[in-house]
Amino acid sequence: MVPLEIDSVVKRFGELTAVAGVSLEVRERACLGLLGPNGAGKSTLIRSIIGRVRPDSGSVRIFGQPANSAAARAEIGWVPQDLALYGLLTCRENLDAFGRYQGLRGKALRDAIHWCLDWAALADRAGATAKTLSGGLRRRLNMAAGLIHRPRIVLLDEPTVGVDPQSRNRIFEMVEALRNGGTTIIYTTHYMEEAERLCDSIAIIDHGRVIARGTKEELVTQSFGGRSDVAMRFVATVPGIAVWAASRGGTVQDGTAHFSVDRAAEIAPLLDGAAEGGYEVAEVTVRRPNLESVFLQLTGRELRQ
Amino acid sequence: MIAAIVRNGFRALRRDRGALILSFILPIAFFTIFGVIFGGMHDTTPRVRLLVVDEDRSEASGRLVRGLLREPSLNGSTRPEARKGEPAPPEYTAATAETAVQQGDAPAALIIPRGFGASPMAFAPGGERKALRILHDSSDPVAAQVVAGMAQKVVMTSMPDTMADLGMKYFAQASGGLTPEQRKSVESGLSQLRGQMRERDQAGGAPAAAAGSGDNGGGLVAIEVRDVVGEKKRSPMVAFYAAGIGVMFLMFTASAAGGSLLDEAESGALDRILSGRVSMTTLLAGKMAYCTLLACAQLTLMFLWAAAVFHLDLFTHLPGFFVMTVATAFAVASFGMLLASLANTRAQLGAISTLIILTMSAIGGSMFPRFLMPEGMKKVGLMTFNAWAIDGYTKVFWRDEPVSHLGPQVAVLIGAGMVLFLLARRFARRWEYA
Repeated sequence: MVPLEIDSVVKRFGELTAVAGVSLEVRERACLGLLGPNGAGKSTLIRSIIGRVRPDSGSVRIFGQPANSAAARAEIGWVPQDLALYGLLTCRENLDAFGRYQGLRGKALRDAIHWCLDWAALADRAGATAKTLSGGLRRRLNMAAGLIHRPRIVLLDEPTVGVDPQSRNRIFEMVEALRNGGTTIIYTTHYMEEAERLCDSIAIIDHGRVIARGTKEELVTQSFGGRSDVAMRFVATVPGIAVWAASRGGTVQDGTAHFSVDRAAEIAPLLDGAAEGGYEVAEVTVRRPNLESVFLQLTGRELRQ
Repeated sequence: MIAAIVRNGFRALRRDRGALILSFILPIAFFTIFGVIFGGMHDTTPRVRLLVVDEDRSEASGRLVRGLLREPSLNGSTRPEARKGEPAPPEYTAATAETAVQQGDAPAALIIPRGFGASPMAFAPGGERKALRILHDSSDPVAAQVVAGMAQKVVMTSMPDTMADLGMKYFAQASGGLTPEQRKSVESGLSQLRGQMRERDQAGGAPAAAAGSGDNGGGLVAIEVRDVVGEKKRSPMVAFYAAGIGVMFLMFTASAAGGSLLDEAESGALDRILSGRVSMTTLLAGKMAYCTLLACAQLTLMFLWAAAVFHLDLFTHLPGFFVMTVATAFAVASFGMLLASLANTRAQLGAISTLIILTMSAIGGSMFPRFLMPEGMKKVGLMTFNAWAIDGYTKVFWRDEPVSHLGPQVAVLIGAGMVLFLLARRFARRWEYA
């Protein structure tokens, strides 16, 4: 049974079409990264998956069950971007509350709380109230509360927003532990490096549509073929660099000229051209395009815009 | 600099609807409510409801009854109101009037005893006269005094001939007797006065202006006042205030507790809860149960305190207390849920609930006893939980009525609670799906 099938989902809010016919399928044990700028339709799509938004057309099925059915809800764990916790309850009490809301009782609930505290490395803070925890610990508790019923599909919505690098690493480890345990994961983020590290496939959403889907390598190849990015930084900002770069098929961002090349042999003529134009080069970098480049190429925007 | 601070303050105030309501609408609402209660707009002094029983059936007692029924400050009646399509019920007797006062139909009854007409008044304390009896519900401390004063006034204005006759008798005793001419002249004058009184009775005119009123023992007529409700109570008004103040604060607590729904919506916890196995109906029912239990605990603490400090007789009234507490708590909890489901933010909830709760408390009798309010205001008060809850607790603790007599109060509180819960459920749909 396919964990998640999204078929031609459309959702409108008045004049605004938030999701414009998205179709996606996520196989078992996969980790799908959902990338898109703000307002691209990610949140509406995720809320359709968890049954909190009713699509105008199309369908969402969880292991074959309609998304808003009780059977589907039991299979899904949702970790919202907001810290959806009870601030005056302790970590253990929060987990107990959300466990009971998921129908857990007795030993099953106690075991689930124990597992969650271990998984989130919160066992030593189990008796602390949520509002007294640091931002990173609260993020981890927020994740644990979404997984208290041990769902087979987990939706993580920007789980690392506002946390320090150390806590972020801890969250990566938690997600990797889930993935290694066989949980199907859908992960939305603004951070390309997170998607590159954690996700085995990526869907890029813009204007309510999936505009690209595949592994990182597939996306780069689809967008750039075998081409590489040459970044040329200059000693000083000289007028005319943008015109000169454009004449050779490049762009200038923050004073750095970017060119796309097929072969290393194409770099030498660029350097010669710069010297002829009187632009003194300080540094030249050659690298394969990454997801950021793909995103920029496909949407015309930075991911964090 | 100061001008900038002032300007910022007004800009912020203009955009804060809650603060605007608290600053401008609430004071006007309260001013209006208390203006109406204290008679500034329509009525003047609230009329005291009085049951009148004429055991004497003499001409003098008949005139007194008619005078009392005409008295504008009294709302007098000699028999219960007839139901539609049914014949008029029999007139009150001393026994049925006493029962009616005990049940709270009226705060006082006036019994005109047999033999009153033969010697209705005396000019000196201790003179020969039959005393009028006032049966009084002491939960209304004003009614007996008003009735006693009005009875003295009505005796003077409705029986001037009897008063003059009595005066001449005193004069005759003191002066050693009247001459036949003097006696004839007096009889003629009295006859003329009686004729005028008959004409006025037939015309149904208003009584003449009062010449003054006497106190119970020292007036023209003797009056005995007997408390038929609450005569053995040590703290007559404690149950009233425990219920009145309790319900008011219960409503504040319930709206604050209902506000947890808004907190959950704001934090995203509501989305998380509803994305699991909990439906909105289950969630609201759970919150209702919590609010109801919290309100029960609050009321119990309030009445325990009243029992410990003010000697309220709680423990002999436990069944009635339990029934009223559960019904009141349920109604108040549903009220809190409705307010929370209507509001968009905590600040909005605070403003709306303060306005509504203080208004309901003012007209429902939590701040000012309803029996002292004008009739129209008393009826408006029945639109509030406060009035029904206070009436129910008064029945239990004041009138010692059995649980079976709490039917109307319990039915209204539970019924209104269910309606409000259904409305809250309806408004909560906005959180269910997009």
